[in-house]
Amino acid sequence: MSASEPRPRTLAPFGRRLAEVTANEGRGPYRLISALDRNGPDDPRPGQFYMLATAAGWGGVSGERPYLPRAFSFCRVRNGSDVRPTLDFLLEAIGPGTARLGAVEPGEEMWLTGPLGVGFTPPNGRPILVGGGIGVAPILCLHDELGTSVSVLLGFRSGAHAAVAALFPGEPAVVTDDGSVGRRALVTELLREELGAGDDATVYACGPPAMLEGVRAICAEREVPAQLALESGMACGFGACYGCVVPTRRGFLRLCVDGPVLDAADLESAIGPGAGH
Amino acid sequence: MSGPLDICGIRLRGPVLNGSGTFDAIAARRTFGDALLEDFPFDAFVSKTITLAPREGNPPPRLWEAPAGMINSIGLPNKGLEGFVRHDLPELHELPVPLAVSVMGFSRDELAALVEEVGAREEVSLLELNVSCPNVETGLVMGADPAETGRAVERVRARTEKPLIVKLTPNATDPASVGAAAEAAGADALSLVNTLKGMALDPATGRPWLGTGAGGVSGPAVRAIALEQVREVSARVSIPVIGMGGIGSGRDAADFLLAGADCIAVGTESFRDPAAGRRVSRELTMLSRNERDFSPLRAG
Repeated sequence: MSASEPRPRTLAPFGRRLAEVTANEGRGPYRLISALDRNGPDDPRPGQFYMLATAAGWGGVSGERPYLPRAFSFCRVRNGSDVRPTLDFLLEAIGPGTARLGAVEPGEEMWLTGPLGVGFTPPNGRPILVGGGIGVAPILCLHDELGTSVSVLLGFRSGAHAAVAALFPGEPAVVTDDGSVGRRALVTELLREELGAGDDATVYACGPPAMLEGVRAICAEREVPAQLALESGMACGFGACYGCVVPTRRGFLRLCVDGPVLDAADLESAIGPGAGH
Repeated sequence: MSGPLDICGIRLRGPVLNGSGTFDAIAARRTFGDALLEDFPFDAFVSKTITLAPREGNPPPRLWEAPAGMINSIGLPNKGLEGFVRHDLPELHELPVPLAVSVMGFSRDELAALVEEVGAREEVSLLELNVSCPNVETGLVMGADPAETGRAVERVRARTEKPLIVKLTPNATDPASVGAAAEAAGADALSLVNTLKGMALDPATGRPWLGTGAGGVSGPAVRAIALEQVREVSARVSIPVIGMGGIGSGRDAADFLLAGADCIAVGTESFRDPAAGRRVSRELTMLSRNERDFSPLRAG
């Protein structure tokens, strides 16, 4: 059990714990939620995630669902003298769990388990960060860690969604599906332009399955290593339920303990069954 | 209702186990480190079911959130007997509580071979026969029928001296008769319930969501059904009964004990709260201290 992990992992305190919500702000259609994780580690690794549920009104109160906690990559960790550590999460209300979490009020408590899974591995060559939509979350904290000189390519559905790009320091390249902010293009087109064949680069990406598959294919073609943060429906987040498996060249892998960051080279495709739901 | 007890001659520090397949102690240790061992949530640990040959498990999607619960179609992924003994058993032996290993065979011969091999390992205190997994066709057939169950237990009984727990499926016409048949054939204890068969449709397509079409329902959604089956089965047999099905609190656990269970297991609640087993134990202890005397429904 002490075998060295291939990827960075900060251990989670055992069990779930309460964290106080300190802010819930709108960023276009997204919510940026901050929680003071007094009893958690201050050094989660970019790409790791937490299981979140509200302490009140999580199933059985306002309806039959949600029942299970929901998995979210943290997008920032802030360690100040009086906010140590504060975790930021970015989410979009698309179902009963995200709707409840998105409506959380400052002062409310959230159940939190984590940090979970394994994060991004530091680069050998020039890092190129690619984020799509809500998938910019782990790209933001990775950017915080790698510094502002790295290339950041972001894609959004619309100008409203692109409001979240303002969280990134410096000037990330932004494109939108409708051209309302930046060019009308897919973020994979920016990557195609940025990345030369045999480039001494490492690509880090998180976003919708079709975007990740585009990134995977481009990087495979140009023989550039890529690390992809994937998503899958998940019940527990710590390897217990075996529900979040994705097909890989190494067989089914549990995204919660073997991911969520996977080497692109391990994937035939980044679009697995049930991906994007 | 709380505190140390003996089950089939095995001393446990308390009555709270995990449901097989609902807690992977090895993956949990990768996630939480040795803090897991210092505050281990269960009084005995039941492994995920192993089979003779390795299994990759069912094609995803494997999960669906149901009202007050979930549906899973996992399909018993495991390393097979050899992989389990070589890689998992040494790690499970480091747990601070007795180990029960859950086994399933696709035939009585296979089950007998598993029981003999696993039962011979000193790391293993108890064996649980999974005759009830609704995701694997033969599992359902074996555990749904008293005579089939009786023949299977009879066949493996002579292969080990270790206590044999038979895990009953709720997807049977008369689980109490299956339990009685298992007892008559030499089972030392019964555990119930496994998941109830269920399914969900993809709202986008109207087609079955789960990779195999259907799966097993667990969580609070099944608790009332499980409670009645535990009452019914424990009234029919004299061997110990391990009750489970949607237990999420000490109050729930107390209900199962009052209904006739000797031990209880926490399953799906551990997905929501990795340390749920410990919490249930604590709450049960508080209840035992504070509550008026309720008499268990089962005489004895």
